[in-house]
Amino acid sequence: MMTLPWLDLPLVWAGLIAFAVLAYVVMDGFDLGTGILFAVEHEAHDRDTMVNTIAPVWDGNETWLVLGGGGLFAVFPLAYAVIMPALYPAIIGMLLALVFRGVAFEFRFRAQSRGGRATWDFAFAGGSTVAALCQGLTLGGILQGVHVEGRAYAGGWWDWLTPFTVLCGVAVVVGYALLGATWLVWRTEGALQRRCYKHAGRLGALTLTAIGAVSIWTPMLNAGFAHRWFGWPGLALTSPVPVLVALLAAGFFYGLARRHHLTPFLCALGWFVLGFAGLGISLFPHIVPPSITIWDAAAPPASQAFLLVGAVVLVPIILAYTGYAYWVFRGKVQPDAGYH
Amino acid sequence: MSGIDAIFLARAQFAFTIGFHIVLPAFSIGLASYLMVLEGLWLRTGRHVYQDLFQYWVKAFALVFAMGVVSGLVMSYEFGTNWSAFADKAGPVIGPLMGYEVLTAFFLEAGFLGIMLFGLQRVGPALHFTATCVVAFGTLVSAFWILSVNSWMQTPQGFEMTADGHFMPTDWAAIIFNPSFFVRLPHMVLAAYLCVAFFVGAVGAWHLLRDHSNEAARTMFSMAMWMATIVAPLQIVVGDFHGLNSLHYQPTKVAALEGDWETEAGTPLVLFGWPNMQTERNDYEIALPHLGSLVLMHEWNGEVKGLKAVPPADRPYVPVVFWAFRIMVGLGLLMAAVGLASLILRRGGRLYRAEWLHRIVVAMAPAGFVALLAGWVVTEVGRQPFTVYGLLRTADSVSPVGLPGVATSLAAFAVVYLIVYGAGFSYLFALTRRPPVPGERGPSPSQPTRTAGITPGPALPGGAAATLGGQP
Ligand code: HDD
Ligand code: HEM
Ligand code: HEM
Repeated sequence: MMTLPWLDLPLVWAGLIAFAVLAYVVMDGFDLGTGILFAVEHEAHDRDTMVNTIAPVWDGNETWLVLGGGGLFAVFPLAYAVIMPALYPAIIGMLLALVFRGVAFEFRFRAQSRGGRATWDFAFAGGSTVAALCQGLTLGGILQGVHVEGRAYAGGWWDWLTPFTVLCGVAVVVGYALLGATWLVWRTEGALQRRCYKHAGRLGALTLTAIGAVSIWTPMLNAGFAHRWFGWPGLALTSPVPVLVALLAAGFFYGLARRHHLTPFLCALGWFVLGFAGLGISLFPHIVPPSITIWDAAAPPASQAFLLVGAVVLVPIILAYTGYAYWVFRGKVQPDAGYH
Repeated sequence: MSGIDAIFLARAQFAFTIGFHIVLPAFSIGLASYLMVLEGLWLRTGRHVYQDLFQYWVKAFALVFAMGVVSGLVMSYEFGTNWSAFADKAGPVIGPLMGYEVLTAFFLEAGFLGIMLFGLQRVGPALHFTATCVVAFGTLVSAFWILSVNSWMQTPQGFEMTADGHFMPTDWAAIIFNPSFFVRLPHMVLAAYLCVAFFVGAVGAWHLLRDHSNEAARTMFSMAMWMATIVAPLQIVVGDFHGLNSLHYQPTKVAALEGDWETEAGTPLVLFGWPNMQTERNDYEIALPHLGSLVLMHEWNGEVKGLKAVPPADRPYVPVVFWAFRIMVGLGLLMAAVGLASLILRRGGRLYRAEWLHRIVVAMAPAGFVALLAGWVVTEVGRQPFTVYGLLRTADSVSPVGLPGVATSLAAFAVVYLIVYGAGFSYLFALTRRPPVPGERGPSPSQPTRTAGITPGPALPGGAAATLGGQP
């Protein structure tokens, strides 16, 4: 079997998994966000338009979640085997929510009666919201640390449910809704677009607040995090983050005020990327804090190297044809475009 | 850990969720290939009936695919939530194979699915056909990897075991192309084709019973019957090889599906009976002497190992395996018989008038799926009490999640799946109850809606470039 002594495989894979998760968060983020906005957009035509903006791409977006989970299983099996039982209710909740939401794309157009239609619209909105909430809870649950003994989770049922994880859950819902609103600003026009500018403004302010709250709370969770943020050389990495967030905020609100179509979306994505970098700085080199590092959790080199070959070749190809699929469906989606 | 009960519920949950999942991808695999053939025929011959059929079935495909994807998403996390000990120990071997499945198959399908469903007007027929082919190919690649995983769990090789029971891969070719993979993959793919052949055939037959002259109904019925004629006998042959293979590698499973307790030369073929786990014999048995050896070993006096050759703790629960096997084989023989009947009726053009055959085929709409599930029950229950055959016991694979957690999640899955998939199948039946009509409309948002009469601007070449990016 190939061995690559000069390559720190767990480190490379940590980067790749982080990339997959980030790709998931931004892509499924805006389409879950579109579902969350059903809560404030009640008009049937508008809802159809909203769904039509994401119908051709949602499946691809969600596949990044499969890669995140599957990748973890393949290259960090110990982390997978600890995180899933530790966050059991949150994970199962997310999966069930995604089941409802995923089928609602098709079902809402198939329902014969008005009641059926309303049911699946509700499933779409509720599924999107609960999935986002559970993802936030999961994130918070990992950040705050998992109790491990031997090679297995050894904590209780509700360890993952704390004020901090609830904050993370709400933050993710708000953030995804923002991505959804700015996505719709980009992809729609007319009255729907005008309302989405308004939603985006409010959600932008809320998201900034949430980012602030999570950032203040995280270093207080454990001494390691605080050290990495405020000690040297961590500070060199962390100090530009608030500055960049502020710059993006300026761009965001300027873009909204000038009625730009794409700028608000890009700035919102930027916030997510920065937030994600902050998480990376907090966690590294742990994959399950406080005890399991990426090297502890790594599958043997034979497994990591085998899948790496595929990933190096295939991920760029995947990105290329995913880009092509987005390109095919580019442009404004008309309010009255019939889906079926 | 709360002992056997949590394990039992975890098994029940896995069986329940994967039972739903497998039916849907099998549907997708078969339907994607069928759609590819329809579109290819349409492009070649220009006959509108093929386009109508494509548009008719692609709507069902969209529905089934969405259901398949979400049920699969659940599977990919369930190894961690319910089988975390298994994930930790066997993850280094099967994890990368499933990683390859995501990278080579799921992204491919997902990336081109949108174009296949909604893109005809945007990319034109040639590129659209390419997208359909890519999706069909992706479903087969997916089957390739997942069946490699499953086959490895049945006939593991190409690894070393560490002292604490972890599987360490040493030879990837040996892992992927393990001994039972070569029979399991073709058997599964043919099963998927049979599922769809009988479903499509049933829809065609249903509409023929109402209107003998509907051209689309005739075409789909005829295509489905060709599949039955050719694929059903092929499946029986492959199934026979599957049995030979299992006899070699998993003799206990074969003893269970045959209902053989004793090890003897010239084993009888048990047709019916009720395997009794306590008395270690079959109650109410009807058997044909020597035929068991003939079927299994292709020898009149071949010696077949019986269940008593292994201790009771290493035996699967025999009645389930035994009866599931009979259901599968019975349906397989019935399918072949239908195929043969349709072949005979083709002479003299009676195929579209033979109402008795149409009725039988309508009744057999679920036959493929039932046989498929029965086959998997044989395979999976038959390898118990192991998850990795002979090496890792099911009892040692389970997560440290207690009984209340597993019970609650099982109940939640049951309720959600019954609601969601119940609704999904009712929409599927609503779609197929309607006969295909000339000028069938696809699911594309870019096609003009008859009622609204509106064509979205960006769908038109040129219009797209103008609004690109939406920047003023
Ligand atoms: C339409 C579906 C279908 C039909 C008509 C048949 N099978 Fe099958 N069978 C399957 C669908 C299936 C399956 C679901 O695809 C399985 C489960 C796992 C696998 O590889 O294939 C299977 C498993 C399976 C096994 C168990 C293999 C093991 O040890 O794991 C055997 C021995 C056979 N089949 C044999 C047959 C025979 C002799 C058939 C002839 C009538 C037959 N099957 C028809
Ligand atoms: C023989 C067994 C299986 C076969 C043939 C199979 C095949 C497929 C196919 C063809 C698809 C895509 C089409 C669709 O969903 O309709 C799919 C989806 C999926 N399957 Fe399975 N599968 C099997 C078992 C499993 C198992 C055991 C897992 C879990 C580890 C799994 C995980 C998934 C996932 C995550 C998806 C969704 C992918 C997406 O987002 O596109 N499958 N499967
Ligand atoms: C796709 C069709 C499949 C069906 C219908 C199916 C069905 C089942 C059933 C009924 C059980 C429970 C057996 C028992 O406990 O007595 C089971 C167990 C299991 N199967 Fe499958 N299976 C399928 C495919 C797969 C595949 C492709 C994999 C691997 C990727 C897989 C992995 C497992 C595992 C890990 C268990 C553990 C639980 C146990 O052994 O009880 N199965 N399956």
